[in-house]
Amino acid sequence: MKPILLLFTATLALATAPLAAQETPKPSDRDLSSPAPEGGAVETVETARDDGGLSFTVTDESEWQDLGIAIPGFATDRDVPTQASSGGTAALGKSLAQVVYNDLKFNGLFKPVGPNSLPQPSYPEITAPSWPTWSNRSAEMLVEGYVRARGDGKLIVGCYLYDVQLQKELTRGGWVVPPADWRRAAHKCSDLVYSRLSGESPFFDSRIAYIAETGPKDHRVKRLAIMDSDGANHRFITNGRATALTPRYSPDYRQLLYLSYVDGNPRLYVYDIGTGRQHLVTQSSNPTFAPRWSPDGKWILYSMAIGGNTDIYRVSAQGGPSVRLTNAPGIDIGGSYSPDGTKIVFESDRSGNQQCYVMNADGSNQRRISFSGGRCATPEWSPRGDLIAFTRIAGNFNVAVMNTQGGGVRTLTSGWQDEAPTWSPNGRVIQFFRTERNSGRSSLWQVDLTGRNERRLPTPVDASDPAWGPILP
Amino acid sequence: MDRRIVIATLMAGTALLAACKKEPPASLPPEPEPNVTATPTPTAPTGPVLGTQAHFEEAVNGKNVIYFDTDRYNIDSASAAALQTQAQYLMRYPNINVRVEGNTDERGTREYNLALGERRANAAKNYLVSLGVAANRITTISYGKERPVALGSNESAWAQNRRDVTVVVE
Repeated sequence: MKPILLLFTATLALATAPLAAQETPKPSDRDLSSPAPEGGAVETVETARDDGGLSFTVTDESEWQDLGIAIPGFATDRDVPTQASSGGTAALGKSLAQVVYNDLKFNGLFKPVGPNSLPQPSYPEITAPSWPTWSNRSAEMLVEGYVRARGDGKLIVGCYLYDVQLQKELTRGGWVVPPADWRRAAHKCSDLVYSRLSGESPFFDSRIAYIAETGPKDHRVKRLAIMDSDGANHRFITNGRATALTPRYSPDYRQLLYLSYVDGNPRLYVYDIGTGRQHLVTQSSNPTFAPRWSPDGKWILYSMAIGGNTDIYRVSAQGGPSVRLTNAPGIDIGGSYSPDGTKIVFESDRSGNQQCYVMNADGSNQRRISFSGGRCATPEWSPRGDLIAFTRIAGNFNVAVMNTQGGGVRTLTSGWQDEAPTWSPNGRVIQFFRTERNSGRSSLWQVDLTGRNERRLPTPVDASDPAWGPILP
Repeated sequence: MDRRIVIATLMAGTALLAACKKEPPASLPPEPEPNVTATPTPTAPTGPVLGTQAHFEEAVNGKNVIYFDTDRYNIDSASAAALQTQAQYLMRYPNINVRVEGNTDERGTREYNLALGERRANAAKNYLVSLGVAANRITTISYGKERPVALGSNESAWAQNRRDVTVVVE
């Protein structure tokens, strides 16, 4: 664990040292690392031909669950040096295929075979596959791709999905990316394949904010950190001088909301990724918790305790006066908007213990929806709108889903303490954190809606409070 | 003086009895020496200095910490006795301000626990104010489940972590 952490830290310091030296930080900035690079937009390339493909959308999960997909290394027309790989574009082609392979493998829905155990197709073969090579390997699907270095240093990546049995192209995509964003092209390819085969919306090209944890249980250091959906491109945002908790990516990925004790008290900040600066969500001497964005990024929900009584408030992301949405005695906290922004699901102990409630976005019509036994905490509305994920407390703490009326409860995990679900951009996978009994060590996990496919997401150090952002713009 | 000693002893007894009822933390402070509470000696050359946390803790005989049942924030009789001791100290030294730090055990979700810790800290503050301590001398803060003192994952550890700690603002 330690060498990885050091590597990340060292890279961070090297890359941004000159910037940091020039400025004197505000007091509230004194726990911040240097700004993270914002990353460029991914340009979509028009593909040469489109014969319409097949109308091939499998809706029965059991049919495509074991779909064999061959993913050989992406080919290159000329092996030239690139900033994206020390081995040139040929080595980068293999890395691209490896990222696609990992995406599809960990998703648990396919049986992909990666570039390390497959022959390498030549560049012309990408658009004209050598069918016998793949049918002899009993691959049902084939993902082939290419990478080319453009004159301006950017990379062009193409991705093709073929049905081996039918010997037909199903779909294709092409993207131009700066070398630093090469992995995004691979995630775009994974998304293309996943969407075409499952009929679901994409989710791999997205990022996760979370809290990186180190140190003993009674002196835990908690730092705000960000990474790609597969754990790559990891960066620490804060230095760990102050405890950081509960981040949320803005829908446009330009800002992070989170709680910090940097001024000694629990306060909510908006951290701007471009400038590396932050400001308070609201000016108040009262403690504030549980920050959330509205789906359009225009509003911020937060919870504030006055005299020990916590209520939910809404403020414009541009600042200005806050509107109080709840006023029941007790703890009303959290809140997650429905995707259309008209409703909010939140947590309240007004009935005596933690339960989930729904209200209109203006605070009207508050009603309890969870009646299925146990307690309901940290509700999060699915981006698809159909389900609410929550922490179900019934002896142990587990991640569960229910419909928006509170019915159809299904518990998806079985850890001792699984907490704080956050949805993948397409609403098909839920990420959460798991705390080990006694040691207090925490880690990030993902589970799909069947509950059958659960896996740990590797992080450089212990991890908690994950927040999955939408598909990258 | 004598009457105070009696009161202090009685309060300590009540505190221990009440605490036993709700399975107290294993590391509750030892039974007080009666005359410590009643006769603080701030000018003693080797003792803690007035205005420090050490002076406060010695004067209240470790009763700067109170404990709560699971998910509760009410001041029970043991807590009331401890807060009375704290209030006596604060009435005696009107220039001393304190911060009440609310904490929870690990068996709760993070954000709810932050709010619960704040509610516990305010319960202690309100009790101190009801005993005559000026409200503007007491601030509150919640650390939720972020600052455990007992590290196990069992009832005994959780009971020790569900606590308010009163701290002198130096």
